[in-house]
Amino acid sequence: MGSRASSLLREEDIEEIKKQTGFSHSQITRLYSRFHSLDKGENGALSREDFQRIPELAINPLGDRIINAFFPEGEDQVNFRGFMRTLAHFRPVEDNEKNKDPTSGEPLNSRTNKLFFAFRLYDLDRDDKISRDELLQVLRMMVGVNISDEQLGSIADRTIQEADTNGDMCISFSEFTKVLEKVDVEQKMSIRFLH
Amino acid sequence: MSPFNNLLCMLLGISFTVWFTLLLVFIIVPAIFGLSFGIRGLYMKTPSCSLSGCIIAKEPTSLEEELKEIRRNGPSPSTSEFEMSDTFYFCRRGIESIVDDEVTKRFTAEELESWNLLTRSNYNFQHISTRLTVLWGLGVVIRYGFLLPLRLTLAITGVSLLVVFTTMIGFLPNGRVKHFLSEKVHLMCYRICVRALTAIITYHHSENKPKNGGICVANHTSPIDVIILASDGCYAMVGQIHGGLMGLIQKSMVKACPHIWFERSEVKDRHLVAKRLSDHVKDKSKLPILIFPEGTCINNTSVMMFKKGSFEIASTVYPVAIKYDPRFGDAFWNSSKFGMVNYLLRMMSSWAIVCSVWYLPPMSRQEGEDAVQFANRVKAAIARQGGLVDLLWDGGLKRGKVKDTFKEEQQKLYSKILVGTQENRSRS
Repeated sequence: MGSRASSLLREEDIEEIKKQTGFSHSQITRLYSRFHSLDKGENGALSREDFQRIPELAINPLGDRIINAFFPEGEDQVNFRGFMRTLAHFRPVEDNEKNKDPTSGEPLNSRTNKLFFAFRLYDLDRDDKISRDELLQVLRMMVGVNISDEQLGSIADRTIQEADTNGDMCISFSEFTKVLEKVDVEQKMSIRFLH
Repeated sequence: MSPFNNLLCMLLGISFTVWFTLLLVFIIVPAIFGLSFGIRGLYMKTPSCSLSGCIIAKEPTSLEEELKEIRRNGPSPSTSEFEMSDTFYFCRRGIESIVDDEVTKRFTAEELESWNLLTRSNYNFQHISTRLTVLWGLGVVIRYGFLLPLRLTLAITGVSLLVVFTTMIGFLPNGRVKHFLSEKVHLMCYRICVRALTAIITYHHSENKPKNGGICVANHTSPIDVIILASDGCYAMVGQIHGGLMGLIQKSMVKACPHIWFERSEVKDRHLVAKRLSDHVKDKSKLPILIFPEGTCINNTSVMMFKKGSFEIASTVYPVAIKYDPRFGDAFWNSSKFGMVNYLLRMMSSWAIVCSVWYLPPMSRQEGEDAVQFANRVKAAIARQGGLVDLLWDGGLKRGKVKDTFKEEQQKLYSKILVGTQENRSRS
């Protein structure tokens, strides 16, 4: 008489995801229910259409880019592991994790990884640089038709000017990090998951 | 082995009797007297999370507040207008909506806090014990072996009587006798159908029951809503003509008293629909119209956008709130998952349909209020009474895509913030 949803999720899988992402057991099972309810095709993976069916996401100006972040390069389906890995970036940073052993690798929700998630939202072609075009594209998504090309162009130019330190007219990840060093990334890129 | 067999039979017999008595005493009888509703009142107050708990706590900050906060700590806040960290707000909101959103969960059946021994309501419950499995097994036997055949017979009786009697009444000349008989026949047949579902209904504030020349609006969860309301009062139904058995019922009902049935082609013509409704309402001898302005079935945890059509007609609106108790059987019809027949069979094999109906005081459109504002006011009243979440989202999102205008609104808001800072900049 197991539940329909979690009977497809085995204990070993839960343990592995727990180790990888840091979510608790109950959080994982609840997120699995959510994954299952979004999976209309019931094939154990989500497609882009499944995400777009969420009205609040469909009206988000950056909705498409956020959905993109879930899908690995060139793929059209994301399974539960992938889903959890992406969501793990938004776990709040807990104090005891700040002193984690550096050899075990950085946790997915570290400040650097959160910043990298945000960086990826701009860097569509994944060449580790935000070009002027890529910046313009994101700006255009956020403002819609309300600001002219000219004005938007000057905003983009100014932003690159202020951030670019090595003169290549692009923003690399380290330049991105430097610009945002005073911003409270840990809080702004975190969601309060309840136990 | 023989005494062992006897013992086994005796034990089974006793447990069956005990189980049945428990069911009767602790579930059905209190439900009839409405004793269980006190407990429901406690958890009805937390409609925003699913009953199995919230996954996240959402930040209630707005775009403006958040951007101001981020920029306060960013590099040289007074000179730049766009910050690369502006995306954080949209990013977080997007991820929050992926984890938990207000809309998609309204189109699937509600999750229960504790299992009600129906497998169909079993979403998140782990295997608990063999004893529970045995209880469930007994439940299946009772429901499918005893309750279902009984209810099917009642349903068939009810429907046949409705068709036969209304056709007979159709031969009478229009007048008081016909009206009187039609009322009695409709009420009787609907009450038989109510028994066929073992619907235990509590009507509140019957003094506010809809009167002739008015429009009754209610929140929509399933086709059973119609039977529940019509067994307590006479209404003129509104709807599309179907074929088959449904069509037969519709055609014979309209012989006894005027209902408003539309051909499929006429449904699209909003002026035609409005005209027919107005004409009906103006005639005070005709029964009040019953309309479900959401336009589709919602899972009874929320009330979604009311279509303004019925609120444009000049007449008194009688709001009605219907709330089902999901512990005995979930009445929500998920039309993308189940067909009508499948749905009715599931209803008839649940324990019972328990619900409350509240007749709210009549409302009219006020001076300076347009149809949309009026519709929202009525919706808020219904949501408040039924303990449901009041949503602005359109129930049509069950099948259709959301309009781009909402995204454009967000883009406009963000642009205003950007341009605003630029104005400040050029001034300084």
